[in-house]
Amino acid sequence: MELFRIKNDIPFMSYGRLTTSISLITFILAIIFLATRGLNFGVDFTGGTVMEVNYPQAANLESVRKAVDSIGLKEATVQNFGSSRDVLIRLPVKTGLSVSQLSEQVKTALVTADPQAEIRRVEAVGAQVGDELYENGGLALFFVSLGIVLYLWLRFEWRFAIAAIIANMHDVVIILGFFAFFQWEFNLTVLAAILAVLGYSVNESVVVFDRVRENFRKMRKASVVQVIDNAITRTMSRTIITHTMTQTMVGSMLLFGGEVLHNFALALTIGILFGIYSSVLVACPIAMWLGVNRANLIGDVEKKEGGKKVEVEVAEPHPSDFA
Amino acid sequence: MNRYPMWKNIFVAIMILIGFIYTIPNFFGESPAVQITPAKSTTKLDSALLGQVEAIFKQEKIQYDGVYLDARGVKARFASTDTQIRAKDVLQASLGSDYTVALNLLSRSPNWLRSLGAKPMYLGLDLRGGVHFLMQVDMKAALSKAAERFVGDFRIALRKERISYVGVSREGEIVQVRFNNEADLTKARTVISKEYPNLTLDESTDGEEKILKASLSLVEQKHIQDFAIKQNIQTLHNRINELGVAEPIIQQQGADRVVVQLPGVQDTAKAKEILGRTATLEIRMVDEEKTDIATLESAAKGQAPMGDEVYKDREGRPILVKKNVVLTGDYITDAGPGVDNQSGRSTVNVTLDGRGARIFQQVTRENVGKRMAILLIEKGSTEVVTAPVINGEIGGGRVQITGMANTQEATDIALLLRAGALAAPMDIIEERTVGPSMGQDNINRGMHSTMWGFAAIAVMMMIYYMAFGVVSVAALAINLLLLVAILSMLQATLTLPGLAAIALALGMAIDANVLINERVREELRSGNTPQASIHAGYDRAWDTILDSNVTTLIAGLALFMFGTGPIKGFAVVHVLGILTSMFSAVLVSRAFVNLIYGYRRKVSKLSIGQIYKA
Repeated sequence: MELFRIKNDIPFMSYGRLTTSISLITFILAIIFLATRGLNFGVDFTGGTVMEVNYPQAANLESVRKAVDSIGLKEATVQNFGSSRDVLIRLPVKTGLSVSQLSEQVKTALVTADPQAEIRRVEAVGAQVGDELYENGGLALFFVSLGIVLYLWLRFEWRFAIAAIIANMHDVVIILGFFAFFQWEFNLTVLAAILAVLGYSVNESVVVFDRVRENFRKMRKASVVQVIDNAITRTMSRTIITHTMTQTMVGSMLLFGGEVLHNFALALTIGILFGIYSSVLVACPIAMWLGVNRANLIGDVEKKEGGKKVEVEVAEPHPSDFA
Repeated sequence: MNRYPMWKNIFVAIMILIGFIYTIPNFFGESPAVQITPAKSTTKLDSALLGQVEAIFKQEKIQYDGVYLDARGVKARFASTDTQIRAKDVLQASLGSDYTVALNLLSRSPNWLRSLGAKPMYLGLDLRGGVHFLMQVDMKAALSKAAERFVGDFRIALRKERISYVGVSREGEIVQVRFNNEADLTKARTVISKEYPNLTLDESTDGEEKILKASLSLVEQKHIQDFAIKQNIQTLHNRINELGVAEPIIQQQGADRVVVQLPGVQDTAKAKEILGRTATLEIRMVDEEKTDIATLESAAKGQAPMGDEVYKDREGRPILVKKNVVLTGDYITDAGPGVDNQSGRSTVNVTLDGRGARIFQQVTRENVGKRMAILLIEKGSTEVVTAPVINGEIGGGRVQITGMANTQEATDIALLLRAGALAAPMDIIEERTVGPSMGQDNINRGMHSTMWGFAAIAVMMMIYYMAFGVVSVAALAINLLLLVAILSMLQATLTLPGLAAIALALGMAIDANVLINERVREELRSGNTPQASIHAGYDRAWDTILDSNVTTLIAGLALFMFGTGPIKGFAVVHVLGILTSMFSAVLVSRAFVNLIYGYRRKVSKLSIGQIYKA
């Protein structure tokens, strides 16, 4: 079987303005949602307590709420999740009471109200720990970006490094935008997913850039636009197959992974979908506009290789390329 | 050109074999077990205990599947949970309080695997159920406590040197001594700086009064903080032993935090109570005058003479000690093992603070030739740790306790002395509890995600790439095998995010094979021979695979460095998965392709799916 029978190169770069505009709009929308709605941070970051309680029959949310209210926790949210027998209780940090004291009080109240209540999971995080996790998360994101830029710079060229990181950071912002728009809970596992996606979709850019570099060597007469179009077309089959495979795995997690892995898999899904798009159709135009050409990509290599003067054809992007 | 040299084939085969051996323990499942560990670090752990346990089982007619001795203690496996619980009760009753008997799960893998060190993966709390606490040591309190001690020490020092002062007080971590005139201050300064070289001294005036301010130097502060956290961890160790928890984890995290993980513990209220409890150490005099066989016997029955109490020492002999407490553990600033210069025997060296030293000096002066008992009071029960004879007056606050059997015992007793009480209060700042049924659910979720995802990928790959698809799937399966084997070997903690990382690693690893297969197709398309296409396809894809894996690796390493808890678990598996995928996707899959095509004389067509020729 072969899904992609492409005779001529698809002129991706001539859509450059369109694809980047779509990106820009999604990006701006994501920023707007982030600014207006903000992220719904989980207890990992805000501090507080989450409890998962299971009842043998359908849980009576009213009585659970009453039990929690009885110890003076009016700010608690009580809701079903998964099934009617599972209840999720969220409590904010309470001053003057340590998180572990608070969780112990709630447990006692719940079991007193209904001895059949089974406490399946408790996560209680102090406010101070939350702040640190927040800070470490930011640091991790920063160092991942820095590491990737440095590596691509060494391996390719600064224009590619900048293009790749812009394309992929914009994926991160879009994932965050989704989480803000739908108010999905943003916790530590989601952060892990985002960082994993960042590394993963840079792959995508790397595969295309690799091809671009190879094409510059092989296609002596071609213009920059032709070279990039050919590189994207040739790697498209692999891009789509690979992402389908990865997404299959992530989809399996979404189906079978349960509550804890749900948002993790969601973040990965959005990341993979936008990753395909941006790491190819955003990164390449940006690299082109930054002025990637044969000379700055393989010029040094050829000098080393041949020792003799090699005619280097420099093809500047022509205004008509963007039409 | 598509043949591996023999060594390379053998290398791949050996790696797969090793992967297989270290993966299989995960399939045998676990059987109920009990774990017997010495309750105190001083109790010996040897094959005698093993024999003792076996004898108890024979006597009580308890059927067991096996008994083993390892570095931690003795473990016994049973066929059913009922037998396990009965065995626990019987053992606890027969062995007494010297040993902790805890319920545990033990791998059912056969002996030959165990002798190779092959163990199943180490499951984290979210997969096996249990409690996780993050405790914060109150370092400010530790420093204040240290400063408070100097208040007393200064008073004694100044009185001894007959320097008159107005008052000594503490403000936060700074000790202030007020004087009427400059001359006294100067004299005091010389005395204090000589006796306490680790303090930073400063002067100021308040109206008529001259003030000497002493603060802890940074070095001293660090020393106090290090000591506080070490002592707290030791104390926690001892206490958790009492809880009867199999395989607890107690680790320092950062400068002032302790992670405590108690697998299988469900009663969090009790755990919190025990972790937060304060234990004390006391030094009292042995009542030599009334110690005779008759009094000891009646004392053992609960009739101690007036002003005395009877306790047992480490050998179980009763000792009559006075009710009057000479010193408590609060006066101990440090304790460590040492060697007696004269006899060359092991000792424990205890350092007392100024006030403790003064009291100790006075008591030892008045009681030469008598015995002094060191008692540990924990959870309402008191034990005489040691009762040495006082050879002479001991000044300077340095106490050498002789009579240790060996260096090991000296080290252990020093630990016990330090571990008596918490050096500084601790707060639980993070708690994560996972119920046992939840743990099993989480395992199932992770397993199902991986299984179904893998199955779907396998079907798609085989349909799309035919024989090359089969090779890719085989390489992916070996990737999974190697990843599980490495995780089992390293005994890295596997959590639910870790399971997710395994699934994700497989989903990402297939990329390398897709790259290779697409490259081979492309080479065929441009008219190369099948053999040359295989060669060029693998060759050209390698650069890209390396680049793309390095960027993923960067993300994984950053996650590892900045992540805590669940993130770290994810990162470890993620990074290992990338490494194993590079090996399996390139080396192993090539070995398979070589075996299929490399030895044929003539290959006219590759089974890689239909190819459209341009």
